Amino acid sequence: MTGASLALQYLLSGVTKGSVYAAVAIGFNLIYSATGVLNLAQGEFVMLGGMVAVSLAHYVALPVAVTGAVVIVALLGCLLEILFFRGLRRHSVLHLIIITIGLSIVMQEAALHLWDEKVRSLPYFTGNEVSSLHFLGAAISPQVVWVLGTVGATVLALQGFLQFTLPGRAMRACSSNPEAAMLAGINLRNMRTLSFGLSAALGALAGCVISPITMTHYEMGTPLAIKGFAAAILGGLGNPMAAVLGGLLVGVVEAASVSRLPAAYNDVAAFVILLLVLFVRPRGLFGPRQCGTVGEG
Amino acid sequence: MTRILQHLATAGGCGALLALLSVRAFSQLEPVKIGALFAVTGPAAFLGAPEAKTARMVVEQLNAAGGVAGRRLELVLKDTGGSPEKAVSFAKQLIDEDRVLAIIGPSTSGETMQIKALCEENKMILISCAAAEVIVKPVAKYVFKVPQKDSQAVTWIYRTMKDKGIGSIAVLSSNDGFGAAGKKQLEDMAGEAGIKIVADEVYDRQATDLSDIVTKVKSTPGVQAVVNWSIVPAQSIVAKNMRQLGLEVPLFQSHGFANPKYLQQAGLAAEGTLFPAGRLMIVDDLPDDHPQKRVLAAYKRDYEAAYHEGVSTFGGHAYDALMIVAEGLRRAGGPDRDKVRDAIENLKGFVGTDGIFNYSATDHTGLDLDAFEMLIVKQGKFTSYKKQ
Repeated sequence: MTGASLALQYLLSGVTKGSVYAAVAIGFNLIYSATGVLNLAQGEFVMLGGMVAVSLAHYVALPVAVTGAVVIVALLGCLLEILFFRGLRRHSVLHLIIITIGLSIVMQEAALHLWDEKVRSLPYFTGNEVSSLHFLGAAISPQVVWVLGTVGATVLALQGFLQFTLPGRAMRACSSNPEAAMLAGINLRNMRTLSFGLSAALGALAGCVISPITMTHYEMGTPLAIKGFAAAILGGLGNPMAAVLGGLLVGVVEAASVSRLPAAYNDVAAFVILLLVLFVRPRGLFGPRQCGTVGEG
Repeated sequence: MTRILQHLATAGGCGALLALLSVRAFSQLEPVKIGALFAVTGPAAFLGAPEAKTARMVVEQLNAAGGVAGRRLELVLKDTGGSPEKAVSFAKQLIDEDRVLAIIGPSTSGETMQIKALCEENKMILISCAAAEVIVKPVAKYVFKVPQKDSQAVTWIYRTMKDKGIGSIAVLSSNDGFGAAGKKQLEDMAGEAGIKIVADEVYDRQATDLSDIVTKVKSTPGVQAVVNWSIVPAQSIVAKNMRQLGLEVPLFQSHGFANPKYLQQAGLAAEGTLFPAGRLMIVDDLPDDHPQKRVLAAYKRDYEAAYHEGVSTFGGHAYDALMIVAEGLRRAGGPDRDKVRDAIENLKGFVGTDGIFNYSATDHTGLDLDAFEMLIVKQGKFTSYKKQ
């Protein structure tokens, strides 16, 4: 391999990893944008999306299975919000975050008992395990293109929803000033339910498209959530586009570190970069200015 | 008068019945308890889950066939979740409260090493289902193990490499106990086997994609083969990434690859993968006169009928451990722990799924190199690798 194609291959490897992190990071962002809450159970939505889709794929065609999984997990997201958040008397952001930690543990255990400990995966959307796209001496799995495409489409749709539709604007209003939003007649609770449902749906969709690459098992949620969280913070919370850039950046940094250091250090490299960015620029690379102070509802 | 006689007869009948009942009850008085510590959930669930299922099935079968040495068996199963701390506390519970005859498991070497001394102190028979050499080296009087040794797996891999003319390799391993043990064994034995390790990388157990590491291997000059030592999902991801990036050298996996399910996960990418394993995976190809054929075929048939999933070597470890305890109990004639231990240590030519066991006072593994065979994936199936 020539130097240039080698560098390109590392870059593409980084993009492969990064696309997975980005897919997870978008979901983090949405709930945060709407409620100021970091949903630490986001990784579990990703896992459930993959699990449900794999189970459905035994009976129906792949696109139907994926759609079904997204709908089911979205409904579950709404249900969890109604059961565990709606009735809360005092809901400081901290309370809500701790509840999401609990939910993540419960969902993981539930998945272990509903399914089992085995690793499963959806088939590749295009091609199979050995097919790859070649250019300039480097190769990449076609599934990565699917992940990037899905991530791109989702971000655009989300951006459109938040900017141009009434519920989307209402959601942003709840985040930037809950009391004013309430006075303007926005139902805060319904907005929060909606945002949980939507981000569960985004997580589930991510879980489906990444399943052929990462494979799906009941424990996958937490490590993915950590990387996705890092990606969202690095990009800047509250900005879906930034989450994608953050994800890709984390992936590329990891791949670059593997090229120079032993592979065991790749997490170290990713988190050192994250810390450095946060020291210099606490709101992340592209985060909105007021980030980190909103949503104390 | 007749009434009195009648009463007497009734009373007598009742007495006889009672006596009969108590005799029956006496013969079934107490089932023999056997403890089992398996990582049914958690990171080592791929080991513990089939082990637990197997143990339950085998105990049921033995009891249905009239028990062992005239006694029923009772399995006391604990899920350690793969945690050594839990293994220790459950082992204490099995020793002090349940007072079991013997303990089978734990699933992992880390857990086994934590309870080795505990079992030895309490004169508790332990038949470990983990592979590490240190479990039986030095030999502890009450501690045995059933799986083939890691070093035997590595011997087979290096031997096959020699046959194929491979001299320099890349070693990839996961950052858990299983990967670390394999990595150490591969490094220790490379010099003696005349193999040079030119790339040696450790990755996260939960890694989602390994194409960057594969890129690194690809750019390292002189790599003639890759050895990967990890479990799912990473072992399938390595195989897929190698093919996707066009790294066309042979891929060797550990004996941890021996599960049809894993093969399915790697799909086409697994084609040509070489790995050492017991003969459970190729039982259909074995000639009928192979000494293990009957045991392997029966275990495979029963397990698949009971649980509707493919057998794995790991479930086979539990089968062997339990059958060895049962055989010891049968030979000792009753649950006298020291007699059972002696009987186990003197087992010769005992046919299990992992191989043919010949325990002795100095060898508590009981298996030789022959217990493994090199397998290759051909057309989506495991077959025996014969040097061409």
